[in-house]
Amino acid sequence: MKKTNEKRSWDSGWKRFLRWLNGESPIEYKSSPEWHLTDEELKEKYQEDMKHAEKVHKEEENLYRRYQQWPDKKGIPLYEKIYKVFAVAVCLIVMVSLLFTVSGLMEFGNPENPVNNEVSRRYIEEGLQETGAVNIVTGMILDYRAFDTFGESHVLFIAATCVFMILRVGIGKDKNIEDEKAREQENDRLYEPKNDKILQKVAFIVVPIIFIFGIYVILFGHLGPGGGFSGGAIIGAGLILYLEAYGFKKTQRFFTLKTFRIVSLTGLLTYAAAKSYSFYTGANHIESIIPLGTPGHILSSGLILVLNICVGAVVACTMYGFYVLFRKGDF
Amino acid sequence: MAAHLLQNYYETVAVILFSIGFTTLLLHRNMIKKIIGLNIMDTAVYLFLASKGYIEGRMAPIVTGGIQDMEAYINPIPAGLVLTGIVVSVSVTAVMLALTIRLYRRYGSLDIDEITMKARKEEN
Amino acid sequence: MKLIEFILLGFLVICAITTCLSRNLLTSVVIFMSYSLIMAIIWFLLQSPDLAITEAAVGAGVTSILFFVTFKKIGAMKGDDDEEDK
Repeated sequence: MKKTNEKRSWDSGWKRFLRWLNGESPIEYKSSPEWHLTDEELKEKYQEDMKHAEKVHKEEENLYRRYQQWPDKKGIPLYEKIYKVFAVAVCLIVMVSLLFTVSGLMEFGNPENPVNNEVSRRYIEEGLQETGAVNIVTGMILDYRAFDTFGESHVLFIAATCVFMILRVGIGKDKNIEDEKAREQENDRLYEPKNDKILQKVAFIVVPIIFIFGIYVILFGHLGPGGGFSGGAIIGAGLILYLEAYGFKKTQRFFTLKTFRIVSLTGLLTYAAAKSYSFYTGANHIESIIPLGTPGHILSSGLILVLNICVGAVVACTMYGFYVLFRKGDF
Repeated sequence: MAAHLLQNYYETVAVILFSIGFTTLLLHRNMIKKIIGLNIMDTAVYLFLASKGYIEGRMAPIVTGGIQDMEAYINPIPAGLVLTGIVVSVSVTAVMLALTIRLYRRYGSLDIDEITMKARKEEN
Repeated sequence: MKLIEFILLGFLVICAITTCLSRNLLTSVVIFMSYSLIMAIIWFLLQSPDLAITEAAVGAGVTSILFFVTFKKIGAMKGDDDEEDK
């Protein structure tokens, strides 16, 4: 459009100001470059422009597609190669630096090592009088350092609870409980024969021996090697063998979810009642009421016998609970 | 340096086992192999700890014959620490295996790269 | 005594390497069980009988059994299913 583009020279500054205030700017239209073309020429120019735009658009699309596919085609194999090289390099660096550290350590088996300081002297020389346990390691972990064992029994309990939450079957809110349970039962009996005679005869002889040995290791933990953890693991293994040989029905006669709950909670609460005063007194020790007997008898060493039994019960229930939850999904 | 490494042979073997377990943990894509690698790392650390308490020519820390000198028994403290560690290691393995079972049921494979990509596609 | 210790430690390293390099999952776990057993013997040679009993009951017992039960749930116990690795 062509407009007059001369400034009206007779306008005063005031009128120009008023025009600016009202938004009528003194537009100076430059003449558009195509004003002299006819209509057909305009159409051709429009089509050329569209073709050029399409070409540019296609190139951009190509580029974008290559950018999107680069992770799948080339990025991931490259990443895998680099990852392998870096992993081996990191492992070698860690190993070499640790070997440098080992070469600077003290001699192996030397009595002058800094590890053997006054703490172990106190444990060995006065352990028997203060705790009453002949086995110094058991006396240490259940009397001098009973608080650490307290935390560790709870770690076992927490692990059993986590596995229970992850693998439990049959508590969905909808109607698929029966389907899930039926599917789990089907998976159970798929691979092994029912009522294997050899296994049953062997288990008939071996399982009572395992239980008696496990109970012996727990009860004599302060007189010989062993203790709560070993004995509990042995009893747990015996229960697993019994379950495998005789099936779920017979085991559920004496070990159900209720048994697990009662035994675990009683063990942990007894331990907590006995040893959680350390939260309040710090490292100071409070003597227990039970007297220390003569060392060498089974009823000696005060509270250690009770704590061994608690820890052993918790460990046995936990080991058996792991197995049953993996196998069947329910107690 | 090599002579000193040969003299502390327990610690050297513990470090070698640790790095074998670490390599297995990083390089394999199967989840079960990763869990086995973690277990090997655990037992390597316990071997290192327990070999710090050993002293030549002395007996196990169970009082026998009324002898209560410090010079007759090995150091009992590292043995107590390792006892706790073994039990924690089995708990961790059990929880990891339970998670592997759930992942397998959900995504259908044991390969960690596939699981990650499927999970990412489901997010988008 | 030192000879026995060297042999056992060498066997330990060989077991660890073979566990990681084998392709069949069942083989890996069985060799892991024997690794745990050799570890229990080494605890005994280091004069700690408590650790030996605990490692034998827990490592070669409960951990390996949990691995086998996991395989059964996954369905890898048929013998000719090789889950891919590396």
